[in-house]
Amino acid sequence: MDSNLRREIILDNYQDPMNRGLIEDDSYLKVNTNSESCIDNLDFMMKIEDGVVKDIRFDGEACAISTSATSIMIRRLLGKSVDEVKKVLEEYQKMLHEEEYDEELLGELIVYDEISKQPNRLNCALLPSEAIEKMLKEIK
Amino acid sequence: MNREDFPMLDDSIIYFDNGATTLKPKQVIDAMNKYYLKHSSNIHRGDYDAAVTTNNAYDAVRDIVAGFVHCKSREVIYTSGATMSINLVVFGYMKKHLKKGDVVLLNKAEHASNVLPWMKLQEEIGFEIQYIPLSEDYEVLYENVVNCVYSKTKVISLAHVSNVIGDVRDISKIGKFCREHGIIFHVDGAQSVPHMPVNFQESYMDFLSFSGHKMVGPTGVGILIGREELLEEMEPLCYGGGMNAFFEEDSTYELKSIPVRFEAGTPPIAEVIGLGEAISYLQKIGMDKIHQYEKELKQYFLSKVKDIPNIIVYNKNINSGIVSFNIDGVFAQDSSVYLNHYHICVRAGNHCAKLLKDVLPVKNTVRVSFYFYNTKEEIDSLIEALKNSKDIFKVVL
Repeated sequence: MDSNLRREIILDNYQDPMNRGLIEDDSYLKVNTNSESCIDNLDFMMKIEDGVVKDIRFDGEACAISTSATSIMIRRLLGKSVDEVKKVLEEYQKMLHEEEYDEELLGELIVYDEISKQPNRLNCALLPSEAIEKMLKEIK
Repeated sequence: MNREDFPMLDDSIIYFDNGATTLKPKQVIDAMNKYYLKHSSNIHRGDYDAAVTTNNAYDAVRDIVAGFVHCKSREVIYTSGATMSINLVVFGYMKKHLKKGDVVLLNKAEHASNVLPWMKLQEEIGFEIQYIPLSEDYEVLYENVVNCVYSKTKVISLAHVSNVIGDVRDISKIGKFCREHGIIFHVDGAQSVPHMPVNFQESYMDFLSFSGHKMVGPTGVGILIGREELLEEMEPLCYGGGMNAFFEEDSTYELKSIPVRFEAGTPPIAEVIGLGEAISYLQKIGMDKIHQYEKELKQYFLSKVKDIPNIIVYNKNINSGIVSFNIDGVFAQDSSVYLNHYHICVRAGNHCAKLLKDVLPVKNTVRVSFYFYNTKEEIDSLIEALKNSKDIFKVVL
């Protein structure tokens, strides 16, 4: 991907992220991700109805990479079934760890395909995917 | 000054993360290597030449430390670092001397290591923790300390220099007040002992904690100084070899005298020797000189940074070698990643002072902390990078 386009997508999602701001609603799954390796600290909430992701919201303080990755991830996952979400997360993590992955499934998330060149930022990019995985585990 | 002694500086990095840990001079590394290469052996009870050499080198460090911070040699305890030193004070001494209803006085700018041990002991005993209010410039001022003290106040525990704001607390005055009022006074010297003269006796301290690695010494070794009569009443947290006089089948035992009573097991021998060398190294430069020079560096930085509109400095009025700032609108970690592109090493975060967010307007900051080997030219490079920070995301992303 062209580096200017990559930067533009990341910056847009950092400066004006999708669904920032939490709401009061007990029907949501909730998780806080206080990264152990850096100072990002985000709260997540996700509503799943009939096996489909209806809403994901987040708030907190985090760097450009984790904030933008969260925003792009939310956009990618809304309306997907739980199984589809798991697949996206799996492919996303493969990409971050420099394994073979399915580009089609990831959409704009491929802007992080070179993040492994900056190992100190890998955890930032992983943050939303780990948060959503944690919430999915809460589903009975 | 003395830059040629620091191999890490050969790689043309600009190292401004001295509050986290400092670089090590060749002299310290050589002293430790000498132990490993020439006289590897355990301390105590060795009759062969190498063991005697090790024993002498190890024991000599207690005198070096005592001379450095002005206490008796038998008041010097080797620990694994300042954190362990504070835990020893809290769980070894205070646990026996605090009861429900007592008050422990802290403040919200303290490092986790001077808050969490107290919180843990509070769970067990049920005393109260109160926080000295910080001034407008986030300092702990003598009058605010005094105003917080009442009959139930039993301990004041505070950093000599705070690790985010860098304010130098009036330790001598607070110490004198504590001594006059029968209050135990613990000083966390992790950010002061490496940077300025510290006098345990003249400042009326009861306990003083600090780490080796923040003062050009090795990691894994620290010091707790405690007043002799208090150490006599302190319980060890670890039991084992090296600290007992005898033990019998009927479970009777006797511990050795202070300070080795608190040093069970084989200690970090190379590290203790390295710490001794580090202290001698600092003494050769002179602690007053180091302190003055760091203040000069900070003033130089402030005089340059004031012309950059998008830099917010949180501790302008504080006179020590620590600067906490943010690039306006930029998350601290993005700023430190940005500076890394210029090979400038700084720290981003809350710097383990997680209660400070209640007081500071921001939760995370970029911290620059100077040491004697830093230069004005290095500060110029930092200023240049900050001036260019309009384009930060072009660099970071």
